[in-house]
Amino acid sequence: MYRYDEFDHSFVRERVAEFKDQVERRLTGELTEEEFRPLRLRNGLYLQLHAYMLRIAVPYGVLSPRQLRQLAMIGRKWDRGYGHFTTRQNLQFNWVKLVDIPDVLAALAEVEMHCIQTSGNCVRNVTADPYAGAALDELEDPRPWCEVLRQWSTLHPEFNWLPRKFKIAVSGAAEDRAATAFHDIGLRIVRGPNGENGFRVLVGGGMGRTPYVGQVIREFLPKEHLLSYVESILRVYNLLGRRDNIYKARIKILVNALGIEKFREAVEADWEATHKDAIDLPDDERRRIMSYFAPPELPEQPARDEAVAARRDSDPTFANWYKQNVLPHRLPGYASAVISLKEPGRTPGDASSDAMDFVADLAERFGHDEIRANYTQNLVLPHVARADIPVLYDALLGAGLATGNNELLGDMICCPGLDYCNLANARSIPIAKEIAKRFEDPARQELIGQLRLNMSGCINACGHHHSGNIGILGVDKKGTELYQITLGGNPKDDAAIGTIIGPGFRAEKVPEVIDTIVDTYVDNRNEGESFLETWRRVGPAPFKEALYGAR
Amino acid sequence: MPSVVTANRLDDGIVVYLAPKAEWTEDIEKAERAETDDEVEALEAIAQKAERDRIVISVYPMPVEVKDDGTIDPISVRERIRAAHRTTLTKDWYDVPL
Repeated sequence: MYRYDEFDHSFVRERVAEFKDQVERRLTGELTEEEFRPLRLRNGLYLQLHAYMLRIAVPYGVLSPRQLRQLAMIGRKWDRGYGHFTTRQNLQFNWVKLVDIPDVLAALAEVEMHCIQTSGNCVRNVTADPYAGAALDELEDPRPWCEVLRQWSTLHPEFNWLPRKFKIAVSGAAEDRAATAFHDIGLRIVRGPNGENGFRVLVGGGMGRTPYVGQVIREFLPKEHLLSYVESILRVYNLLGRRDNIYKARIKILVNALGIEKFREAVEADWEATHKDAIDLPDDERRRIMSYFAPPELPEQPARDEAVAARRDSDPTFANWYKQNVLPHRLPGYASAVISLKEPGRTPGDASSDAMDFVADLAERFGHDEIRANYTQNLVLPHVARADIPVLYDALLGAGLATGNNELLGDMICCPGLDYCNLANARSIPIAKEIAKRFEDPARQELIGQLRLNMSGCINACGHHHSGNIGILGVDKKGTELYQITLGGNPKDDAAIGTIIGPGFRAEKVPEVIDTIVDTYVDNRNEGESFLETWRRVGPAPFKEALYGAR
Repeated sequence: MPSVVTANRLDDGIVVYLAPKAEWTEDIEKAERAETDDEVEALEAIAQKAERDRIVISVYPMPVEVKDDGTIDPISVRERIRAAHRTTLTKDWYDVPL
């Protein structure tokens, strides 16, 4: 992974000192709350429902054991012993005190972490495929490009006061596991006409109150021009994006107002007028960054491990976990293991400090010191020898972290909702817990098969409800929490926005409603058909009939 | 309908309520209740001074219901959650019934 050089260290330390001074000036009254608010937001510090919330950047979801242990320590010492992994691969602490923030930032800087640009109208943490560098279907590791974008966008003088926040995701694999079509810019590494790799560039995707699937602005961008081209997109957006209405300020609104052709023309014109050489990364700098992402040395291992095979035969719970949570690796003797943070009854994405320490230990014992945070709010050990899988599983089982529900219904994406968030209109967490309880039986989940269930507690859509096969949106209707259901969303390739199926439901009805939708899918599906395939074939009629027919 | 005044403490962000003698409490039961518009305004004036004195931020009055047993119900789901001060880490637990 990337390691700070002297410049990075001193830059982050200076920033910690700067914010420490700003906090002190706020506490002594030199700064009013109005003056302090934009400064604290630039450092990832929000005032939420119960307390201050600190959002820590986990660059493209990559964590070392040392970093995860430091996060555990911070949770224990300055929070309430847990943190929340977000849908942008970051970590949030919900109960930090303003007076402790300078110490927390200093502790983060010790392990090369910070909260810069985790809020505000700037380029946010770049997200990536959590299996980067490990996945069997990967064309090229996206992490070096994420790091290039991170360094370029950090305190970029031209793009620190954009019309609105800006989110970029990069995937280098055949399957899109980074929801690139729902980002302001989505980058897919693809093979070009001459056999070399480059980027397919999508622009204008997003969720929120006006969801859009990103559109292709360039089918193939040579890799060396990534920064100059992205910079041209940002420049056109910065100049033409609306600043008069916060709800119309994202790039998706501009792209769809102009139309993709006109937007493309504007970007290409700017790009042609740009001195690309001055912006694009010099080769030696690119090589320097690439060198940090050299794959770990993985000794050759047998592709089939007899002990794993025997355990799968004799232990159905292990067999289920293995089937759902163990993913193929580019090397046949290895696998990527998903550590589910979705044990039924627990808050999706929450990890206690003890769990963080435990996962850090496991990463050292079995995972070649690498941990990833997935945008679906789980953790991943990307490089585990297949022979170590049973011991890893036993360890996880003992810690309550061996839930075998990756990509199944129980693997819900869920925003903090009204239990924490100042923007929320309705709760998400209790609904998720009740749904998880209803579908607790792993055999039933397996029978249903892969199904993405996403839930947001307000229209801002942090829980990605638009892209859920089943999406749940909490709204406030005259003081009552009401939940709208959308069906048919898809975050992956062939991305789609879900369709509202009908009038909303009261909170206590939602688990039953999900049950009805799932039963309707199972009753209507042809053999081997996914939820999405069935939905696209049969349409909304049978679902509407099942949900509202008796009314 | 009676009201209380709520805010977040500046130094740690925790939810607090204005209590008698211009003090702040985390316990909504100890909050000072205002019965009339004038009383609400008077409490707000005290709270705004506390805001200027950097004790609290994000001050606002909120209606509450006093139950038969004398306890205070914050009425809205949002305010019930704020008043509970609870984490969601505990398994199978959430503070306000669905």
